[in-house]
Amino acid sequence: MIELQRVSKRYPNGREALTNVSFFVDRGEMVFVTGRSGAGKSTLLKLIALLERPSRGTVSVNGRNIGAIKERHIPAFRRQIGVVFQDHKLLADRPVFDNVALPLVVAGAPFTEIGKRVRAALDQVGLLGKERMLPMELSVGEQQRVGIARAVAGKPAVIVADEPTGNLDPELSIEVMRLFRRFSDVGVTVLVATHDRHIVREFGSREIMLDSGEMRGGDPDPLPSLVANR
Amino acid sequence: MSPATLATRHAQALLGALGRMARSPLATVFTLLVIGLALTLPAALGLLVTNAEAATGGFTQAVDMSVYLKSGVSLQRAQRLAERARTIPGIKTVTVISAAQGLREFRKYSGFGAALDVLHGNPLPNVLHIVPQPGSSSAVDLERLRRDLAAWPAVDMVQLDAQWALRFNAILGVLRRLVSTAAVLLGAGVLAVVGNTIRLEILNRHAEIEVTKLVGGSNAFVRRPFLYTGMLYGLGGAALAWLILEAVLIGLTGPVARLAQLYGSGFVLTGLTGRQCGGLFGGGLALGWLGAWIAAHRHLRSIEPRA
Repeated sequence: MIELQRVSKRYPNGREALTNVSFFVDRGEMVFVTGRSGAGKSTLLKLIALLERPSRGTVSVNGRNIGAIKERHIPAFRRQIGVVFQDHKLLADRPVFDNVALPLVVAGAPFTEIGKRVRAALDQVGLLGKERMLPMELSVGEQQRVGIARAVAGKPAVIVADEPTGNLDPELSIEVMRLFRRFSDVGVTVLVATHDRHIVREFGSREIMLDSGEMRGGDPDPLPSLVANR
Repeated sequence: MSPATLATRHAQALLGALGRMARSPLATVFTLLVIGLALTLPAALGLLVTNAEAATGGFTQAVDMSVYLKSGVSLQRAQRLAERARTIPGIKTVTVISAAQGLREFRKYSGFGAALDVLHGNPLPNVLHIVPQPGSSSAVDLERLRRDLAAWPAVDMVQLDAQWALRFNAILGVLRRLVSTAAVLLGAGVLAVVGNTIRLEILNRHAEIEVTKLVGGSNAFVRRPFLYTGMLYGLGGAALAWLILEAVLIGLTGPVARLAQLYGSGFVLTGLTGRQCGGLFGGGLALGWLGAWIAAHRHLRSIEPRA
């Protein structure tokens, strides 16, 4: 689960990317973060992935205030969450298998375990059999699915995805979102930043709408008491 | 992480580093050449000193001193003084050369036998011939011994022989210092070469490092392959230096042996001893590791994942 309490983020150049953002996402829930470009969606995901730290407020992931995590413990925290990017961030000179195995390798998983989990992750995203191909030999949609397989290979409790369908056509976008839905169905908390209103309507998940760094409207929080009580 | 898994990860990092070096052979060869030459110079100087010491192994025997006693000192007193001298630490042997023996030798070797016949008596004094211990034959030790002996009332003069051997030892001392200085300076050069090579590799692999950190790779994990690369460069450079030295030795052994024969010596050039080899390879390995660690520590911190 993910919880933000009155979180603000001001960058060193003085730009206030987020202002007093509070929300709660329960375990196994899939939530969209929407808003125009520059609304603060990416900053929000960076705070959850500990790529940035909040200027004010607290960010909790799985009940842990991640703002208190010391610098040297950040890698261990990042191994507990899966991150998916719009530009996939795949290693171009490594085959699909190595790309998906990377989080398992850095976590020190045994080789037999890595093999099993990589194949399972590729099977989940429909790319089993393409382990030896290089990313450039795959379509853009397949590359995105490799990125998703890498994010889920370590069996994270939380997945955050920043515009995962930004480069995909509508059909592929729906396909990718179905994957995320499948993960949330088995208990993974999924937070997807997107500006694609069509996707949000199609899936009908809860929406956190950002505008100029502040929460505006969106779906009512299904667990307001939890936020209020924390 | 289990020890077996950790060992496997290290083996992977080592093989990965080897693979990357093999994929850019020209750059690797040039880097190894620079490191190899930098390590060759101090090693060659060290070898020169070792061989010079071996070639002049008898020089320590040439360092001795003659203690001329006053003309009135009897042979019996000279024997007692010799006994006393033998108790002084740092003295290996003391031989009494009586005035009569001295005159006989002078007559035999000087060619002035007939001239000596006109003398009414023996003008030569009794002499103590002293050979110091090899470990006490430095210029400072010998000068101290000379002063001590010269202070004895029965001693007229102390002559320190073989100054040339002392000068030669001093030259060897300068060479030894030169070896140390060259080792430090060229070691710093190796650090710089390895450090710069690793810096460039880090820049080339910026994207990979960023993604690795993004999925939870620690600085230690990311640094590991670069440390192996540095160690491989250091070891490879040391191996190259060893090969260069062996090749030079093979080329010089014959001519040096012929030269030694002309001087009636059986001296033969020797290569690096096991200890010197260990120093060369250990030094190369350590310098490679240190250069890589400095570069990795400095540059990896600046690469942080961006979403």
